[in-house]
Amino acid sequence: MRARNYFVGAAFALLAGGMAHSALAQDIKIGEINSYSLLPAFTEPYRKGWQLAVEEINAAGGINGKKLVVVSKDDGGKPADAQTAANELVSSEGVAMLTGTFLSNIGLAVSDFANQKKVFFLAAEPLTDAVTWSKGNKYTFRLRPSNYMQAAMLVEAAAKLPAKRWATIAPNYEYGQSAVAVFKKLMSEKRPDIQWVDEQWPPQGKIDAGPVVQAVAAANPEAILNVTFGADLVKLVREGNTRGLFKGREVVSFLTGEPEYLDPLKDETPEGWIVTGYPWYSIKTPEHDAFLKAYQAKYNDYPRLGSIVGYQTIKAAAAILAKAGSTDPEKLIAAAEGLSMPSPFGAITFRKIDHQSTLGAFVGKTALKDGKGVMVDSAYKKGADYLPSDAEVEKLRPKD
Amino acid sequence: MAFYVVQFLTGLASAASLFLVASGLSIIFGVTRIVNFAHGAFYMIGAYIAFTLTERLSGAFGFWGGIVLAAIAVALIGVLVEMVLLRRIYHAPELFQLLATFGLTLMVEDLVVLIWGPDDLVGRRAPGFKGAIDFFGQNIPSYDLFLIVLGPVVLGILWLLFQRTRWGVLVRAATQDRDMVAALGVNQKWLFTSVFAVGVFLAALGGALQIPRDAVHHAMDLRIIVEVFVVVVIGGLGSIVGAFVAAVLVSELNAFGILIFPKISIILVFLVMAVVLIVRPWGLFGKPEAPARKTPGLTVNPWRPLTQNERLMALAALVIAATLPLFAGNYALTVGSEIAIFVIFAVSLHFLMSVGGLASFGHAAYFGLGAYGVAFLAKMAGLPMIVCLLLGPLLGCMGAAVFGFFAVQLSGVYFAMLTLAFAQIVWSIAFQWVSVTGGDNGILGVWPEKWAASPSHFYWLALGVATLVTIALRAMVFSPFGYALRATRDSLLRTEAIGINAKRIQWTAFVIAGTTAGIGGALFAYLKGSVFPDNLGISLSVDALVMVLLGGVETVSGAVIGAIVYKALNIWLVSQTDLSKLVLGGFIMLIVVVFPKGIVGMLEMLAQRRRKASPPGSPLLAKPIESAE
Amino acid sequence: MSVAPPLLAVEGLTKSYGGIHAVRGVSFSLRAGEILALIGPNGAGKSTCFDMLNGQNKPDTGHVRLLGEEITGRKPREVWRLGVGRTFQITATFATMTVRENVQVALISHGKQLFNLFGSAPKFDRGEAGRLLELVGMGGYADRPCGELAYGDLKRLELAVALANQPKLLLMDEPTAGMAPRERVDLMRLTASIAREKSIGVLFTEHDMDVVFEHADRIIVLNRGTLIAEGTPAEVRGNPQVQAVYLGEGLVYDARHREGAST
Repeated sequence: MRARNYFVGAAFALLAGGMAHSALAQDIKIGEINSYSLLPAFTEPYRKGWQLAVEEINAAGGINGKKLVVVSKDDGGKPADAQTAANELVSSEGVAMLTGTFLSNIGLAVSDFANQKKVFFLAAEPLTDAVTWSKGNKYTFRLRPSNYMQAAMLVEAAAKLPAKRWATIAPNYEYGQSAVAVFKKLMSEKRPDIQWVDEQWPPQGKIDAGPVVQAVAAANPEAILNVTFGADLVKLVREGNTRGLFKGREVVSFLTGEPEYLDPLKDETPEGWIVTGYPWYSIKTPEHDAFLKAYQAKYNDYPRLGSIVGYQTIKAAAAILAKAGSTDPEKLIAAAEGLSMPSPFGAITFRKIDHQSTLGAFVGKTALKDGKGVMVDSAYKKGADYLPSDAEVEKLRPKD
Repeated sequence: MAFYVVQFLTGLASAASLFLVASGLSIIFGVTRIVNFAHGAFYMIGAYIAFTLTERLSGAFGFWGGIVLAAIAVALIGVLVEMVLLRRIYHAPELFQLLATFGLTLMVEDLVVLIWGPDDLVGRRAPGFKGAIDFFGQNIPSYDLFLIVLGPVVLGILWLLFQRTRWGVLVRAATQDRDMVAALGVNQKWLFTSVFAVGVFLAALGGALQIPRDAVHHAMDLRIIVEVFVVVVIGGLGSIVGAFVAAVLVSELNAFGILIFPKISIILVFLVMAVVLIVRPWGLFGKPEAPARKTPGLTVNPWRPLTQNERLMALAALVIAATLPLFAGNYALTVGSEIAIFVIFAVSLHFLMSVGGLASFGHAAYFGLGAYGVAFLAKMAGLPMIVCLLLGPLLGCMGAAVFGFFAVQLSGVYFAMLTLAFAQIVWSIAFQWVSVTGGDNGILGVWPEKWAASPSHFYWLALGVATLVTIALRAMVFSPFGYALRATRDSLLRTEAIGINAKRIQWTAFVIAGTTAGIGGALFAYLKGSVFPDNLGISLSVDALVMVLLGGVETVSGAVIGAIVYKALNIWLVSQTDLSKLVLGGFIMLIVVVFPKGIVGMLEMLAQRRRKASPPGSPLLAKPIESAE
Repeated sequence: MSVAPPLLAVEGLTKSYGGIHAVRGVSFSLRAGEILALIGPNGAGKSTCFDMLNGQNKPDTGHVRLLGEEITGRKPREVWRLGVGRTFQITATFATMTVRENVQVALISHGKQLFNLFGSAPKFDRGEAGRLLELVGMGGYADRPCGELAYGDLKRLELAVALANQPKLLLMDEPTAGMAPRERVDLMRLTASIAREKSIGVLFTEHDMDVVFEHADRIIVLNRGTLIAEGTPAEVRGNPQVQAVYLGEGLVYDARHREGAST
């Protein structure tokens, strides 16, 4: 019954009860699903991001003159519940497309649902390569740079390090496993001389950091790849700092530069890690400035990476709908394939070959500034530059 | 060598907080027999309040004072919960308190986000324990050393408390034999309240002490609660020393296990628990429970088959359900299918739990195995849907046959924990064996064939199967086998003395329940078109328990109503609000207090009262004979 | 002409716990239709001895034979199948089931229908269950929930359950414990009459000497795990060793002086 699930545009008052039926027949509805109750740290900024996008779109006249309405559902972090939500959005809300999801398995579940029910799905966050490759399908597109792309960006920097003995620490589930696998593969191609001396697989969300840090230290690596995030990362960093694990060792870390994960570390942020992330404070482009200004004006808070993802997801959805001029899924697919559009990170394109967007990420180093963790020396890496050749992608994707 | 010493010490430090929380749970369970699902929630609140206090209060005194104050504050919350909520339901059927504490946990998870916000909070380091100490080139955090000392100190204090005070003697006596303490005229109310307060204090202290090493966040409770139960069971229920040894054992096995099998943490505690329970069913330091003199809360209202009128009513309800596709949309039908599937799941657990007296905490394993069975058959063997539906549940059947054999050797909470361990083992196989199961990315594309693909057809299929399953299980309740099963539940001694091999009866029931759950899982796979490890997960097992308890564990078919109410409400709430856990938790707690016998149990009681209140026409009616019809 | 083996033959039964002999070399026998009482002061080993007869407990050495067949160490349920019914000192019944259902469970077990999944249990041997309940005087209580019964009625129900497999031998552990004096006599009279009519051997332990001396055909006396006397009530009563044991225990008992003994 919470009204904020049903954002109905700037000019539109939020109705009591918040029922989506308040949307008029000529409105265009987008169904949005995410793990709001399970992962509020990430999904709150994400929600703010897409709400801002809806407001902007409707203020600019909507989609081909029709008001855009986003109907949002919580999946509680469960694939089965995400499908129930998807079903509700499609069958009873009559949405034109599905968007959202954070966890990889939920992304895949909704993607499979979309394929079965012939509904357009724009995956926002899930990182697994399977979404666009091994389990890719005609109806599914993805915004965020995939695991592979982020790994490729990090490898580019990591390969330049002199370190030869590497250890890995990753959460024990598909995301962690595939991040490590891709990183190892790409790294070994560039640097056949390196050795993998240890790997640690703490269960996601349940790291027993002390023993893990000790075990990695015992293998005496010269460099460490970290894939843990969230509360696990906090524990790992604290134990690692106290036990001197990171002293004299290079660390390459997925996602750690995102404010969601970097900010909680505060003055304990380790310095000099090579990370992917979002240094919103140091991006000086007109596109980003505009977004930052609008976001701060509306929420009086700084954006997280989730804000960008949420914002751009709805912007992309609107662009696809506008170009298609229809809510027919086949027309939406035709419109989305090869579609280019602006984003706070610069222009992006949804590739025809695998439906992956070319949204990139920032790679930089962590540093401490005024008792807070920041990313320095960061540079934007365009997604298009970190994808395998078309021939390889062809092989990865099932024929449909 | 120095490395192994340091790794050992690190293990000891991890054991300390585990021990604190586990000892609290152990004391509470030992005395009140409450399976306190909210123990993790108290741990989490302890961490949150300690975070706030240590941020506000400055200096070393502020930090340590904040930690202790937080634990005391949470203990007071615990007292409130005990007096307002739990006290009302001590006489409810066994495990009903689990439902109440589960509701509380749901609420707390949403409340902390509302109060403290969604971000992970990282608190202060402990003053004086910020650095590390060099040990032959290895660093040991000084806070770890503090925890290593704290564990045995708390153990010592608790030991003194239990050995040297009258309160402690009473607690020990109550742990050994509750009825005896009641008979001695001890004021049980205050004994229970004080025990609950001490237990919660320890949990909150354990949480508060995590501040310097962990991030405080809203999922901390789930991270610890299951592990703590496992530690308590390995150590032996009610044994503080056992909890300590088990915490050390688990932590050390983990510290050294990851050196050889880096992926072992995910499953380790459950493997240890399964082995311990099979070899030493009472845990390392536990003692066999004194047999209960009276089975608390068991109904004295015997079960009977439905009367003619009731049959007609059930039939009418079924007919109405079957006409749903005539007026409801696709979404409602899909939700209807899901509810029907959960009815199957709930009645299968109900059969084991109510009829057999065996409360499984890992029933989702067989549901999930049925789902995976279908997925394997459909995706790998490419078999037609109808064949998959018939054969898929056999995987659940086989799982139940293997695990059930070991599980039925135990009873009560030990049975529950062994089933939990098995379920977690199955879950981790599904999670880890990526090449076969797809890991947590699951198996996709298990969609129904054309004849069942439309929502209305699938709904009729699910409804039909649910009806058949419910009727079949009900018939079994009133079959000779059902009588024998109920007999094993009521008195093992007597069943053995009249030639019944109770373990074989219970094993058979376990296999029947597992297979039935597998049928539900098989349908679920087709409903969702995919299978994921969380189809076998703890939260699904808990859902099943909640559905049975909500319906009424003492009823013949209460689980049907429990499943419908819980599932429908859950789906609706998740769709309507992000705070579904808060509302659902509140609703469950309300039900627990208002309907301490479950929804159907309460209705039956009201009906019975009305019958009793009717004027005594014949001398036969004057006697409390309810079962005659 | 060979002599038929006795119904129950116990030979050299011994059991010790951690070096303490609970039962030492106990031997006795029991004929069909005979009522034999096993008495002795607290801690004499009565219960241990009793539990070893139907497999509840395993003897260290010694033999228990039923009609010449070795049953030592068999499980209770196997012993029951051979025709040995048993009641417990603290009644063991199925509290959530009705009185009739309690008997029906035993009949189902006797009829080897335990794994019959789809038959109708309420109709199973309903008549036989009713007859058994009538026999023990519980006919009017058939539909009462067992959990509501008075203690004496539970004892009678246990007797009906124990009779369900048409036993050759009944083992009754303190059948009248916790009952009012009047009820005790009634129950033992009932038992005795059933036993004689159906030629069932009955072995019972008992603290109440009224019950013992009035109903037992023979009495065996156990003290500190050893059999110290055996004989008719009159013989045992006059046995100086028995008197010494009871005197030594401070439990002087003389039925003749006890009030109400004349009932």
